[in-house]
Amino acid sequence: MDSSLYASRRRRNALASAASYAATLVGLAWLALILGVLFWRGFGGLSLRVFTEMTPPPGAVGGLLNAIVGSLIMTTLALLIGAPIGILAGTYMAEYGRHGHLTSIVRFINDILLSAPSIVVGLFIYEVLVRPMGHFSGIAGAVVLGVLVLPVMVRTTEDMLTLVPDTLREAAASIGLPRSLMIRRIAYRAARAGIITGILLAVARVSGETAPLLFTSLNNQFYSTNLNAPMASLPSAIFQFALSPYKEWQDLAWTGALIIKLAVLAMSIVARALTGSRKAS
Amino acid sequence: MTMASATTPPFAAAHPPDNAMLREKIALRNLDFYYGESKALNGISLSLYANKATAFIGPSGCGKSTLLRVLNRMYDLYPGQRAEGQVLFEGKDILDPGLDVNLLRARIGMVFQKPTPFPMTIYENIAFGIRLYEKLPKSELDGRVEQALQRGALWSEVKDKLNANGLSLSGGQQQRLCIARTVAVRPEVILFDEPCSALDPISTARIEELIDELKTDYTIVIVTHNMQQAARVSDKTAFMYLGELIEFGDTDRIFTSPSDRRTQDYITGRFG
Repeated sequence: MDSSLYASRRRRNALASAASYAATLVGLAWLALILGVLFWRGFGGLSLRVFTEMTPPPGAVGGLLNAIVGSLIMTTLALLIGAPIGILAGTYMAEYGRHGHLTSIVRFINDILLSAPSIVVGLFIYEVLVRPMGHFSGIAGAVVLGVLVLPVMVRTTEDMLTLVPDTLREAAASIGLPRSLMIRRIAYRAARAGIITGILLAVARVSGETAPLLFTSLNNQFYSTNLNAPMASLPSAIFQFALSPYKEWQDLAWTGALIIKLAVLAMSIVARALTGSRKAS
Repeated sequence: MTMASATTPPFAAAHPPDNAMLREKIALRNLDFYYGESKALNGISLSLYANKATAFIGPSGCGKSTLLRVLNRMYDLYPGQRAEGQVLFEGKDILDPGLDVNLLRARIGMVFQKPTPFPMTIYENIAFGIRLYEKLPKSELDGRVEQALQRGALWSEVKDKLNANGLSLSGGQQQRLCIARTVAVRPEVILFDEPCSALDPISTARIEELIDELKTDYTIVIVTHNMQQAARVSDKTAFMYLGELIEFGDTDRIFTSPSDRRTQDYITGRFG
């Protein structure tokens, strides 16, 4: 045995390990920095007022209620639009057309949609909805977020159903279960945690989208649940306030950013826990 | 508990032949099978008899599992697979494209190599299949579930935890749950596709005992890699090689005086 060979291998191993650790640290440091600054600047502003008062005029104090409500309404509607279509499409791809041409075409297009810059999707909805309607609206905001939810749902549904072993499908068939029932009662059940995770990740993805909302729902200084009118949202409120010269607005922007971050973090943790429990079973 | 393999000599006939009582349940006539372009079964003709256990043996890739999966049209799930010839089940050709495969599979059940409990409770695993074809009041359904679990030799182990997830059982228990689930639908034929290959010897012995009991009510077909197992549980044995049926006959005759050289080589362990 040539010990110098082994020694040089060990040296290279040490170097590569050190480089990996360093890269990990750099990556985590940015995340920690972002979270730290968010907490530092945003936490002080977290109070009941943020959740009970409207966005204030310049120079006054206020909260983010209209923006929070607007975000909740549009995200919920986006989910109602995107998730069912996405789940149905993913189900077709995994269960009926697994080996078909249509499936590979749809998968390819869906991947493009998945990686399309959201501002492009925003422009698209601007052209097909906002311009014909003649004004910005909450419904246009919901539709654009729905279009962003869609590819995430198609992808996770297909992936999660593909993970369901064929032996389970055969077992279902072996007692005379028709395919539609097998999908609804067996495959969905086996893939449930994964599909719910997909929904949470989709929500996490769209809840921070700003650019497409600027083209569609714009913003609203007042409390409004009218879907046919411009609607406030957390990202657009942050965008507006962060760019403003007023200290009160800037503080509210930090607090708003912290709220979004915490919400997304919570959803990611829930998603993680669900995937974990699926693996455990 | 003694393991069956320790008490039974490997090639002894477990069951004496009684040809007088044979009733043909399924008849295969000149069956060919294709995976796309490649032919996996070549002109198979044989009879499966009611209340008998028939074993399909042969080396890997000989087509024994393929043949089993023709009997309940399981291959229908996959595009590009097709069968030609005739498979007469009580006189009716099950290869008929107009046949309702779900109704067929309710009459010809299947137990798989790996246990495949559904992701639901033990009770639901059984009740699910029953509810598919029968509308029963709750009390009667409870009775049927118990009966099926008794038949699967699992009742005493699970009667206090029927609401536990089926996946929480051990591998051997899961396999008996799958047998119970199959029995619950009240099929006439049960197909076993290497049902013990993922199990430990004690669980294997229990499943073999169970198969032996099930013969009184069902027609059994079992694919196995394990020749001792074929000798222990079956009345008839079919030896297959390279997609052809080489020899078919009473199990004790196949294992003691096979007429084909290849059968003899296989059962004496010269290949496979």
